[in-house]
Amino acid sequence: MEQVFKRTAGLTELPFHYCPGCTHGIIHRLIGEVLAELDVIGDTVGVAPVGCAGFSLDFFSCDFVGAAHGRAQAVATGIKRALPDKLVFSYQGDGDIAAIGTAHAIHVAARGENITSIMVNNAVFGMTGGQMAPTTLLGQKTTTSPYGRDKALSGPPIDLPKTIATLEGAAYVAAVSVDSPKNIAAAKKAIKRAFEVQQQGLGFALVSVLSTCPTNWGLSPVDSLEWLRNNMMPIYQMGELKVPAEVTKA
Amino acid sequence: MNKVLIKGNEAIAQAAIEAGCKLFFGYPITPSTEVVEYLSKHLPKAGGTVVQGEDEVASINMCYGAAATGARVMTASSSPGFSLKQEGMSYLAAAELPVVVVNVNRAGPGLGGLGPAQSDYFQCTKGGGHGDYRLIVLAPSKGQELYDFTLEAFDLADKYRNPVLILADGFLGQMMEPIELKERKVVELPVKDWATTGCKGREKRKIASYALTNEVGEEHCLAWQKKFDSMREVEQRWEEFETADAEYLLVGYGTCGRIAKSVVLEARRQGIKLGLIRPITLWPFPEKGLAAFKNQVKGIITVELNAGQMIEDVKLAVECKMPVHLCSRQGGMLPSDNEILNFAAKTFGWSLKEGV
Ligand SMILES: Cc1ncc(C[n+]2csc(CCOP(=O)(O)OP(=O)(O)O)c2C)c(N)n1
Ligand code: SF4
Repeated sequence: MEQVFKRTAGLTELPFHYCPGCTHGIIHRLIGEVLAELDVIGDTVGVAPVGCAGFSLDFFSCDFVGAAHGRAQAVATGIKRALPDKLVFSYQGDGDIAAIGTAHAIHVAARGENITSIMVNNAVFGMTGGQMAPTTLLGQKTTTSPYGRDKALSGPPIDLPKTIATLEGAAYVAAVSVDSPKNIAAAKKAIKRAFEVQQQGLGFALVSVLSTCPTNWGLSPVDSLEWLRNNMMPIYQMGELKVPAEVTKA
Repeated sequence: MNKVLIKGNEAIAQAAIEAGCKLFFGYPITPSTEVVEYLSKHLPKAGGTVVQGEDEVASINMCYGAAATGARVMTASSSPGFSLKQEGMSYLAAAELPVVVVNVNRAGPGLGGLGPAQSDYFQCTKGGGHGDYRLIVLAPSKGQELYDFTLEAFDLADKYRNPVLILADGFLGQMMEPIELKERKVVELPVKDWATTGCKGREKRKIASYALTNEVGEEHCLAWQKKFDSMREVEQRWEEFETADAEYLLVGYGTCGRIAKSVVLEARRQGIKLGLIRPITLWPFPEKGLAAFKNQVKGIITVELNAGQMIEDVKLAVECKMPVHLCSRQGGMLPSDNEILNFAAKTFGWSLKEGV
């Protein structure tokens, strides 16, 4: 029988530990495919965060370093400065990159650090049991915003890609979603560009991916996708927020 | 012989270059700032890179990343900055990454003062970060040692795959002294066959600090403790001064160890059999050096720039077989040799001759 689909070489054989219906897995696959298509698996070092993706270092087939909560981009900076010819990327949840790691998120972009960061925005702290994240929507109930996120108490959600795009050192910034086949294809394109921008030495690249957390949202996987579409996509600015001239031409 | 007159902090920086340090990540803080300034000027010329991080947390985590690639890396700070590095220190120890960290101790707690102090002793020797880890802590007492110990720190870090700490104080970091610039002795070190450099042509590697299965977690902890035990056995270092017939001992490290030498000389001139043990490694603490005097001396005075921290290790080392007293100054002040001698005389009931 002809095999029409197989696991990408960018991922190891290990089964994912993510909850059923969680879109962390789709995002992993997209990155794995990009690494394989660019033929850079052997020349890439990834940095894993704390949070649900903390074990991603087992899933990708490239070398990987596990960082402290929020520090993935500082760790990635150290790796890249030591190995300027390799590709270095961090894979982080919204809690990791937009709460505890905010300073590093701003400053890798400000320095134009030539690394790629993937932000997985599921609007909650997943691993610790669904607490409020800086990305939690107004009115959204979480275990630490049981009456719904209150603007007066916690402020409105942070749209991190939008902030990062204002910094000159940020070369490429995109916000994508993996809720539909069409959007998954667009997400892969953005992730590929983010790595190509690094290959060309153009500066910092960030791709934020809207993702679901069926477990903590208390919704079925399908309803979660629907919720993401109806509630997150209108709030977060989507698409390529910043593209360097070199890439547009290509 | 290549002798230069430089600041202590610059001696550390120059030694790092000689040791083959390729990356330095730092954030300025008095009295350690000359380390990042000197390296910003000189490390690029030696083929290295200096990045000024957004803060100390970033700097130590940049070290973590660079060390993971097998490169020689260093960071330097002073007390409040060193506090911020504690998260990273714990992760470095757990991930078994060789990094040299310098803490030029200023006075604390809080923002404190800029003068010399030894108030970070507990934090540096007992693991200021979370978890059960140990660091080799080297305590230089003069410019030449700042240089020599830094050179060696890189080898010790690589030998044990563990962060190594140079603990100096504001006095040592800021003082200019003539220093002989030596070349690094080439020692045989284990190959870094664990570094994450891109897996082309080999199996993938990963470096992480966690094990969420308790059984595996315990395995890790036991392996670390075995390594720490071997450090404890092999790396205890100290200097003895006038100890052969000593009836009393001073114990002091760094700047205090240096001042204590004059005290010993003056006491000897007065016919008092005083000796000095100057710990060179603060962890492992030179228990062996002190244990030898358990049945020889009548009393010990620790000289410290804090409210009494090392004194606890001294008491343990001599198993409380004799009284151990504390002579201390704090907040950036140094005791004079007379002050220490008078304290010892009062404590032990010596009668001193005039003129002291
Ligand atoms: C210093 C520190 N604080 C808190 C935690 C606990 N913690 C683990 S994961 C996490 C949140 C992760 O959320 P996010 O980055 O959004 O990732 P997700 O789990 O949703 O994929 C927190 C707070 C920690 N490990 N370290
Ligand atoms: S807790 Fe949420 S983010 Fe984490 S794996 Fe489960 S569904 Fe995914």
